[in-house]
Amino acid sequence: MRSRKRIKVFFIIILSIAILSIVFAIIAPVFAPNDPLQTDFVHILEKPSEKYLFGTDQVGRCVYSRILYGAKVSLGMTFLLLSLIFIFGLIIGIVAGMAGGIIDTTIMRIADTVLSFPDIVFAIAIVGILGPGMRNTILALSVIWWTKYARLTRVLVMGIKNREYVDAAVMVGAGKLKLITHYILPNIISPLIVQLALDIGGMMLALAGLSFLGLGVQSPTPEWGNMLNEGRSYMQTAPWLLIYPGVAIFIVVSIFNILGDTVRDLLDPKHV
Amino acid sequence: MKQNTILELKDVNKHFRDNDGDIFKAVEDVSITLAKGECIGIVGESGCGKSTLARIIAHLTEVSQGRIIFKGKDIVKLQGDALKAHYKNVQMIFQSPLDTFSPRMTIGGYLIEPFVNFKLMNKKKAYEYAQELLDMVGLDKDYIKKYPNELSGGQLQRVVIARAIGIKPDIIICDECTSALDVSIQKQIINLLLALKEKTDFSNVFITHDLALAESICDRIYVMYQGEIVEMIEGQNIVEEAKHPYTKILLSSVFSVKNFENIGNQRIG
Repeated sequence: MRSRKRIKVFFIIILSIAILSIVFAIIAPVFAPNDPLQTDFVHILEKPSEKYLFGTDQVGRCVYSRILYGAKVSLGMTFLLLSLIFIFGLIIGIVAGMAGGIIDTTIMRIADTVLSFPDIVFAIAIVGILGPGMRNTILALSVIWWTKYARLTRVLVMGIKNREYVDAAVMVGAGKLKLITHYILPNIISPLIVQLALDIGGMMLALAGLSFLGLGVQSPTPEWGNMLNEGRSYMQTAPWLLIYPGVAIFIVVSIFNILGDTVRDLLDPKHV
Repeated sequence: MKQNTILELKDVNKHFRDNDGDIFKAVEDVSITLAKGECIGIVGESGCGKSTLARIIAHLTEVSQGRIIFKGKDIVKLQGDALKAHYKNVQMIFQSPLDTFSPRMTIGGYLIEPFVNFKLMNKKKAYEYAQELLDMVGLDKDYIKKYPNELSGGQLQRVVIARAIGIKPDIIICDECTSALDVSIQKQIINLLLALKEKTDFSNVFITHDLALAESICDRIYVMYQGEIVEMIEGQNIVEEAKHPYTKILLSSVFSVKNFENIGNQRIG
């Protein structure tokens, strides 16, 4: 078992890398040598060169610039999706856990119904109905994944709301809201944060996956999954169309997966 | 009804329904009275309904039937703000000191809670008062910044008592408040409670399975068995006055060297 100090050091390093990658994604356009949307029919499917660092695609756009711009779209969508499902799931979970009875049963049966479908299939169905696009993809995945956080929150709340310290708090005049913010939330937040950190990589992949299927981000907006989709037909002749976005996804997802694991180790009471 | 009665329970019932729909009677037709400044004991074995009764008196559990009269008013139906205000009058000290604290709240945060929640004082003043309270129960003022896991069980129970006393309630309920502590600390806590009781004159409901303890500090003892009060003993002569067979069984199960000798003799005989 790694010592706590080493986990802390490792956490700080990996967190810095993660933050750096987010900052980089935000300021990426500064580094981009070319306009990611600019087509150039003279330079179609060109090999990586000095002018086009990662080559060009089937309509002559700079792959390097598109990857840089794509980072912003990919990370932005992931964090938007995560905050949506986290906040929504947390509120629903607390309501269900605190209220109990018929409210709890109703909410949980709805969650069970949503969970009974395979998530990607369900997302494809929703996007199919609403039409493809960035907004609808986020909406579709939110509709499915709030259940994960709602269920986790509910179980954690139910484990805590009958503790003696909650009774003791009631006896000194703490209202419902104060109970939630001062007693329940601080004691359930760590497992939720761990779950959140562990989910970042998976969400990014799911979003890229839906874009790859042509349901998420639409051309010409640069997004890594979408770039893979467009490059698919040129796998033999222009492999750089697939390799670079693939490597980008691999690196970023790896960073956030390692971050998630480290957060889990850090907050795991067994390591204290 | 005595003139200075502060709390009266009349035919209080509490029924729980289990998953099969069967009714479990946790507390049945319990009637007790508590006068101002008095200390009553409720003794009985585990599962006899002592703690449920404590929660009923504290208004944490609603009664199924019966009336609870506090200072001449029926408080059974209290809700919302009125109930919140009522909690100022009754405080409870729980069995396990560590469970009474939220692990993520400092001792100071714990101590100021009632004064901030009941809007009795602002945060800064409450912290000053919290330090006074800590001083009163014989703890260092620096404890205000500590977390519950940094204190021992006895110290935590002192903090709990400090907060309960600080609100200046009419009634303090001690639900097995010494059972989780070792014997020497038990004595310290009881002595602290008694010393504070002389100063502030609160009424005390003392719930315990320890007959000797109940006998030594209570003015009156109610013996509870399977949800019912089977006997009430005035004064401090539980051994002589006990009539109900269950009370006698309870008394004979108290461990002492003498009892062991008896058991030994019986076996030989």
